[in-house]
Amino acid sequence: MRLRVNGSEHTLDIDASTPLLWALRDNIGLCGTKFGCGVGLCGACSVMLGGQLVRSCVTPISAAEGRDVVTIEGLSPDSSHPLQKAWVAEEVPQCGYCQSGQLMAASALLAQHPDPTDEQIDAAMTNVCRCGTYQRVRTAIHRAARAGKGGGR
Amino acid sequence: MQPGLGRRDFLKVAAATGGALVLGFYLPERPLRGAPPPAKSGPFAPNAWLRIASDGTVTIVIHKCEMGQGVATSLPQLLAEDLEADWSKVRVEFAPADKAYYTWLNPQFGMQFTGGSMSVRGSWDMLRSAGAAAREMLIAAAAQKWQVKPSECHAENGEVVGPGGKKLGYGALAAAAAQLPVPQKPPLKQKDFRFIGKRMPRLDTPAKVNGSAIFGIDVKVPGMRVARVVRCPVFGGKAVRFDAGPAKAVKGVHDVIAISSGVAVVADGYWPATMGIRALNIQWDEGKGAAISSETISKHFHALSEQPGAVARSDGDAEAALKSAARVIEAVYEVPFLAHATMEPQNCTAHVRKDGVEVWAPTQGQTFIQQAGAAITKLPPEKIKVHTTYLGGGFGRRVETDVVADAIEISAKLGVPIKVIWSREDDIQHDFYRPTSLSRLRAGLDKSGRIVAWSHRIVSPSIMSRVFPMMVQKGIDHSSVEGATEELPYDIPNLQVDYHLADAGIPVGFWRSVGHSQNAYATECFLDEVAAATRQDPLALRRKLLGKAPRHKAVLELAAAKAGWRTPPKGGRKRGLAVAESFGSYVAEVAEVSVDKAGGVKVHRVVCAIDCGKIVNPDTVEAQMQSGIIYGLSAALYGEITIDKGRVRESNFDSYPMVRMVDSPAIEVHIVPSTEGPGGVGEPGTPPIAPAVCNAIRAAVGKPIRRLPIRTVHA
Repeated sequence: MRLRVNGSEHTLDIDASTPLLWALRDNIGLCGTKFGCGVGLCGACSVMLGGQLVRSCVTPISAAEGRDVVTIEGLSPDSSHPLQKAWVAEEVPQCGYCQSGQLMAASALLAQHPDPTDEQIDAAMTNVCRCGTYQRVRTAIHRAARAGKGGGR
Repeated sequence: MQPGLGRRDFLKVAAATGGALVLGFYLPERPLRGAPPPAKSGPFAPNAWLRIASDGTVTIVIHKCEMGQGVATSLPQLLAEDLEADWSKVRVEFAPADKAYYTWLNPQFGMQFTGGSMSVRGSWDMLRSAGAAAREMLIAAAAQKWQVKPSECHAENGEVVGPGGKKLGYGALAAAAAQLPVPQKPPLKQKDFRFIGKRMPRLDTPAKVNGSAIFGIDVKVPGMRVARVVRCPVFGGKAVRFDAGPAKAVKGVHDVIAISSGVAVVADGYWPATMGIRALNIQWDEGKGAAISSETISKHFHALSEQPGAVARSDGDAEAALKSAARVIEAVYEVPFLAHATMEPQNCTAHVRKDGVEVWAPTQGQTFIQQAGAAITKLPPEKIKVHTTYLGGGFGRRVETDVVADAIEISAKLGVPIKVIWSREDDIQHDFYRPTSLSRLRAGLDKSGRIVAWSHRIVSPSIMSRVFPMMVQKGIDHSSVEGATEELPYDIPNLQVDYHLADAGIPVGFWRSVGHSQNAYATECFLDEVAAATRQDPLALRRKLLGKAPRHKAVLELAAAKAGWRTPPKGGRKRGLAVAESFGSYVAEVAEVSVDKAGGVKVHRVVCAIDCGKIVNPDTVEAQMQSGIIYGLSAALYGEITIDKGRVRESNFDSYPMVRMVDSPAIEVHIVPSTEGPGGVGEPGTPPIAPAVCNAIRAAVGKPIRRLPIRTVHA
């Protein structure tokens, strides 16, 4: 099984039914993608697969072969993505555990709606955060959208 | 360490290698209520360190853990202030569990743990003094070098400035400073604060936006294997027999073994361990726990609430005043068990060797890990070395050591490092739950409608009976009645609170704000019932009763004013309010709520006012209020753990739902400026939200909400 993650190729000798989450964490060693529920309910494990947002805990690696996987480690090489900058500016994270997934979900939202409305944010941002950072996530997405408009990326 | 140093010598040069200045100092833990007082003196045992390296980096090693509450920033802010540090050079590390510290106080209570919203409150003066002592030493070192008097020099942004404006950085002075005596009573800054009270950027944010922050679940140790543990679905049940064969046949599975908590499947990673578990067939002895259900517990609690309990507070004569009252209002309030559901599922990594144990854990209780490790391995506690990682949420769950015991036991049996990871289902079905609790409240009114008697009977399982049994005194576990007893601020002449310690056979533990989480709900909702029955505005009634509680009154008035209490809200919304003191802070919240035709509840806006005394970081205070409100709102709207035949019915975020973005209200936080001593902020945002929301619903539909969760409301 071969996987292309953040531009790097990896050859894995594991069961094809293994969820992408565990291949990333246990076999490839990229631990920024988090395990939260194991059944696709919380979004902590969100990554981009072939340009689409997926919940990697319910995505078998067989479905990822031959497609590009982008994780939080690949969102930018130096935390310079407008969303990462906005997350820092708004002091979004508390415990921080869900934030990789929140950032990946937000990046998928901005790719579709560069200047999302609150309703679009409500619809797209379904990730669970037990620290309750929702209000700051919303503000940070708007901030990143503004930065994008100003010639951002 | 020199024996016989007095306790007042709280600061000491701990080591001086590589040109660094290292100061060790002691941050006291406030003893828990009812605990014996700490020993008067003993050997000097630092539990925190300040290290100034030759490159000028200032590292503050703290004995608290970072679980989102912001101590990895607020504690360094306190120290950096008097150190006159350059914030860009400040770093933070988490202290290992310390042997000397462990034995220094009464071993039972000299604990390293994070909880009770105590971190800033307990560390304020010591951190400032440690920073001030280092500053004086650096100034003295510079003065020696320049052959001038220390009084001719001052410290500024990580440098000492001397006559004529000459400067030396802290890094260049560290080695010389380490040779100087440590001032024990250094002067603290009185003005021109640069960090205290300022919105300093969190030191942990950069690592939390790029996936590089290391949580317990991310720990990697050479040769490590990953284990999952299957526990009996019924509390107290045991595995009788199992067939390891089919699980061992799964690719990547190495071992299937029995441990005291159940059956462990040990594999190359989480996924093969999971596949192994699916292949397991275990026969359980469910034990007598299989007879327990939520319904039988509630019935039992109702019956107990008819009988007097142990008296937790008594002013005047409540029973007599109720008898002679013109009118008595009575209501029963009930709350369910709640799981913590930290985002990071429970996990722990342990490596047991003959002569010692190493543990890597997202923990709130390093000392508890040492105790658990010692009990399992029979090694002395100081041989259990604890590395604290970031915590993916804590909320009280991570003072427990169940998952730690799993990892230590498996590693001890197999001789390799083991990382145990629980599934979300394990986490929700094997928690130490916020206790279910029943409150029977009675208010006696005189002819004018004034409250002359208040009786509050609480029936609840006890957390302390398991955790610190000696703290249950005269039948009272204070953590079950807190918020209803001395923190109840209302001026009522005859007041009684009594308590039934009722074991429900289900494990219970500390859950964000502990007893306050249910008692503020009961008292604040019941007071609104009295207001409605006597046709009084809930704010006006509280103001009347808060004559002796100025800080409660101030936050309540501030929240009401900012919410526009006197102007009815638009769009079919109603408002409710509540106020509560907990962990040394005073919080009032006003919730703006609408109820749709189907009974669906929407919380649109929450206005919060807090008086937490002196503040280190206002942004942290705001964040913790937002956090405590959302945490409490998830519980109020949806949170319920139910028991059926001794097992938990709920299993994941579908059956145990959370507030998400779409349900998240707009939250405004207003801070009362104060010079009072610091109060906690991690927990106090939680207690008022359930009653504020329920009181708004009562205003909307005319019916009190006497049972949580709210789910849907029918008028």
